[in-house]
Amino acid sequence: MNRIGRILSVNGPVVRATGLSSFAMREMVEVGELRLLGEVIRLDGNEGVLQLFEETQGLRPGEPVKGLGEPLSVTLGPGLVGAILDGIGRPLGALLEKTGAFMDRGGGLQQLEGDRNWEVFPQVRKGEIVTEGSLLATVKETPLLEHRLLLPPGMEGEILEILPQGHHDGSAVLARLRDGFGRERVLPLIQRWPVRTPRPVRQRLLPEEPLLTGQRVIDGYFPIARGGVAAIPGGFGTGKTVTQHQLAKWSDAKLVVYIGCGERGNEMTQVLEEFPALVDPATGHPLMERTILIANTSNMPVAAREASIYTGLTIAEYFRDMGYDVALMADSTSRWAEALREISGRLEEIPAEEGFPAYLPSRLAEFYERAGRVTTLGGEQGSVTLIGAVSPPGGDFTEPVTRHTKRFIRCFWALERELASARHYPAISWTASYSEYAAEVRPWFESHVDPRWGEVQTELRRILAEDEHVQQVIQLVGEDVLPDEQRLIALVASIIKTGFLQQGAFGPDSYCPPAKTFAIMELIVHFYRRAQALVAKGVPLRLVRETQEVASLYRLREIDGEKLEEFEEIRRRLESRLERIGAERLAGGRDRR
Amino acid sequence: MSLAEYRGLQAVDGPLVFVDGVRGVGYDEAVEIVGPDGRPRRGRVVLIEEDRAVVQVFAGTAALVPDGSRVRFLGRHLEMALSPSILGRTFDGLGEPRDGCGAVLGGFQSDINGRPINPMARAYPRDFIHTGLSVIDTLMTLIRGQKLPIFSSNGLPHNRLAVQIASQSRITSGDNFAVVFVGIGIRNDDAAYFIEALRDAGKGQPPVVFLNLASDPVIERLAAPRTALTAAEYLAFDLGYHVLVVMTDMTNYCEALRELAVARGEVPSRKGYPGYLYSDLASLYERAGVLRDRPGSLTQLPILTMPNDDITHPIPDLTGFITEGQIVLSREQDAQGAYPPVDIPASLSRLMKDSIGKGYTRDDHPDLAGQLFASYSRVQEIRALAGVVGEDELGATEKSYLRFGDAFERRFLSQGDQEDREIGVSLDLAWELLAILPRTELNRLPSELVRKHLPSKATK
Ligand SMILES: Nc1ncnc2c1ncn2[C@@H]1O[C@H](COP(=O)(O)OP(=O)(O)OP(=O)(O)O)[C@@H](O)[C@H]1O
Ligand SMILES: [Mg+2]
Repeated sequence: MNRIGRILSVNGPVVRATGLSSFAMREMVEVGELRLLGEVIRLDGNEGVLQLFEETQGLRPGEPVKGLGEPLSVTLGPGLVGAILDGIGRPLGALLEKTGAFMDRGGGLQQLEGDRNWEVFPQVRKGEIVTEGSLLATVKETPLLEHRLLLPPGMEGEILEILPQGHHDGSAVLARLRDGFGRERVLPLIQRWPVRTPRPVRQRLLPEEPLLTGQRVIDGYFPIARGGVAAIPGGFGTGKTVTQHQLAKWSDAKLVVYIGCGERGNEMTQVLEEFPALVDPATGHPLMERTILIANTSNMPVAAREASIYTGLTIAEYFRDMGYDVALMADSTSRWAEALREISGRLEEIPAEEGFPAYLPSRLAEFYERAGRVTTLGGEQGSVTLIGAVSPPGGDFTEPVTRHTKRFIRCFWALERELASARHYPAISWTASYSEYAAEVRPWFESHVDPRWGEVQTELRRILAEDEHVQQVIQLVGEDVLPDEQRLIALVASIIKTGFLQQGAFGPDSYCPPAKTFAIMELIVHFYRRAQALVAKGVPLRLVRETQEVASLYRLREIDGEKLEEFEEIRRRLESRLERIGAERLAGGRDRR
Repeated sequence: MSLAEYRGLQAVDGPLVFVDGVRGVGYDEAVEIVGPDGRPRRGRVVLIEEDRAVVQVFAGTAALVPDGSRVRFLGRHLEMALSPSILGRTFDGLGEPRDGCGAVLGGFQSDINGRPINPMARAYPRDFIHTGLSVIDTLMTLIRGQKLPIFSSNGLPHNRLAVQIASQSRITSGDNFAVVFVGIGIRNDDAAYFIEALRDAGKGQPPVVFLNLASDPVIERLAAPRTALTAAEYLAFDLGYHVLVVMTDMTNYCEALRELAVARGEVPSRKGYPGYLYSDLASLYERAGVLRDRPGSLTQLPILTMPNDDITHPIPDLTGFITEGQIVLSREQDAQGAYPPVDIPASLSRLMKDSIGKGYTRDDHPDLAGQLFASYSRVQEIRALAGVVGEDELGATEKSYLRFGDAFERRFLSQGDQEDREIGVSLDLAWELLAILPRTELNRLPSELVRKHLPSKATK
């Protein structure tokens, strides 16, 4: 069948064509003599609308449109880990070799490089009956990750032949099997999956374990669960990307998929340069060995930006299905929403709010719904944790993308301009942020870190909340007239803010193990309780505040996470100082202040 | 290729003309329209619908008579002629010489839209650019290959600052430093000031100038930065220059884009600007950078004036979302007589963190910058408090912050517009000023650095 249509009109990334009667909705197409890639987004009789993933400069009416017979799909198999792909899953490394530093377009569909060799270890034998999700073979893709080749969803049967152990390239046939109808099926080593279709699972589970991030304000205050969904909204320069990079570096996921969606080229380069040199605290291997990057930078075509999110999600689900915990960062989901808006505008759809199409909320819901902790088809447990940055115009959280996102996420790390301007990093607001997972993961922290985790955390948060009121009074009348109990709140709050919540991303404090997070929280609370007792006995706060020991509380975060015994030393010195102050004061009679 | 020529325009609407009955015309193709007055005007195809082409005319459509006009589709995109001889030349927004010195000879044509850089081809920018301004070098360091805009307001000395940065910049010791200046909808006197000052800068090569003056056609403003960046990319990545591109005023660029969008009847997003303003600006700003296997670099210093001094206005806002930091000028500092009147808390260089300190500037630089930001932000708080309770009610420590704040603004922030300070001088000055504060307040600085650098009179 000759499935060739013709271009009628070109309007930026949106192309109208005729002769599409046998084309499918969302089918991938090659357009024009340059063979630009696109997909069908609307069909109406013989005519239809395409969105192109490449620049349409020079495209003319009359040029051909060829159907590729499948929806936008991504190639899945060994070779993904450590790679950087464009929005529709093409490896940028191969493109670099082909076209040089400045990206070219056209040339049609390109696959993952098939020429690399992998050592394949078969896990089934001839004659075995396998079902969807069954483990067929493994490949040691990187020292950090065993790539598990599974039987794709919807397939079952008897193994007729399996690839023998040895080195094979990407073009190899992994297995042949006979399905229930007696038909023979051939299973290539490298598979494809349509990006807009969620990969099926056996069962969805409730989150219960935290995804540890090494970031105190997150682990300690607003934790995220494995399989959870979080958003990081913030105006420009408030720290979304740095936070996402921190999570990509330090979270204890098995695999990280990082989508640079309409953001800066240099930020991708930074990951490419930095991650190979950084070592995973858990395994001692370079972080790049567990990272996959998807890059549609802000100067790349918008339709591919819209697709990049799904490309990343599909890859994340593919590794989840192997029974892994995958963390996916999307920076920024706003650019994705704006890509939707731009295409929608060119289609002359009726906009809902601020030009966004009425289906924005449902697309956001679909996106965040693909996260979760699951039992896979193969019976393993895996998860996709999804963390989306949101870039509200003017830093205004009431705009549509932030507002709708809030409906679908359960963890909200609000970045505040005032904190960023004061260089309080990460600028995660302790008043506007929340985590609905805090209660669910508390038992884990209490059994794995310290039984007092919840209690200490609650106390710390109470002090900060009280401090909000104290600060309001200080703004009005100054600090001097406040009673000492309230000034103590202000003092401890300032220790919490500087000594606990702040965490520079670029120094030795970049990663903080949970035990250290707890040690800091606990010591601050301990100090608070002791000082409170002294103040209640009439000891002036001034005597406590101006001591070397209290100054050292501001610097607890500088203590090496491996040397937690130093906390004991500081506690001892603090104890004896406070004891001495108390004793001297009380021996010296009444307050002479 | 035989170039088709069509007679007559179907319709004229604002900056757009509609040409019917065309064949083989490509999207975004360059067009030449010659009116009955014989004057050629250039345009580009912004929409092609079967046999109708919609053309955006850069020179505007005033006095264009539909009937007698001839339209030629050029079969290529808008291009700029490039050769080493562009150095020292002045062009209009479309890359045509406007200095009367004739066409660019011996060159080749390059598409003004450029092509996106493959992120794998980039090298992460790391080289410090000395500007000689204490506040910039110390607190918002400019890095080679960075895009760092100046957010200004009408009446503030952003032009003076840009000229000072351009003329004092020392990117490398050699003479392979070049400035590309693009004036977008600016006044003639501002243009003259820039050209004069940059010519006198005397370092490196004579600047390449692109001018679209306030009196020039509005739609041509959309081409001007693209043409200029095409020249800059050529100088940087083909000829190996370290290029600093000064682009002013980006607000005029955005307004031209809005005008075109409205003419096309597009659905506006915020404040009437098109929804793709972000992507459009990014297609300019992302052209900055350093490439792994080519010499040279392209650094951008765009200048924009914030409408109503409002930093949340879409123009500064979307710019901030794309660039790698921003230098914000403050009316308040300006009123106090500070030059450069930089709003320190609002300003930031995102690339400095990897490019300062040992081996780049000086070992104490990162911590010192952190301390200055923290202390200065405390100054703001205490000033606010002093405004409420009165200065006399403040404690000794608080009072020392007020003294520090004043001295910092007077001596560190402010400097002459010809004054070129070495980074070492700036850092030493910062230590001297920090000594005004009690030592216990310097909790961002490791004690070894304090011992080494803090002037001893303060070591109480
Ligand atoms: N945890 C941190 N530690 C140290 N510096 C930080 C931290 N978070 C943010 N910063 C500083 O803030 C700057 C801006 O952060 P970032 O690039 O993450 O902003 P963003 O929110 O992603 O902005 P945009 O929306 O424009 O991309 C960084 O370059 C860095 O200087
Ligand atoms: Mg960012």
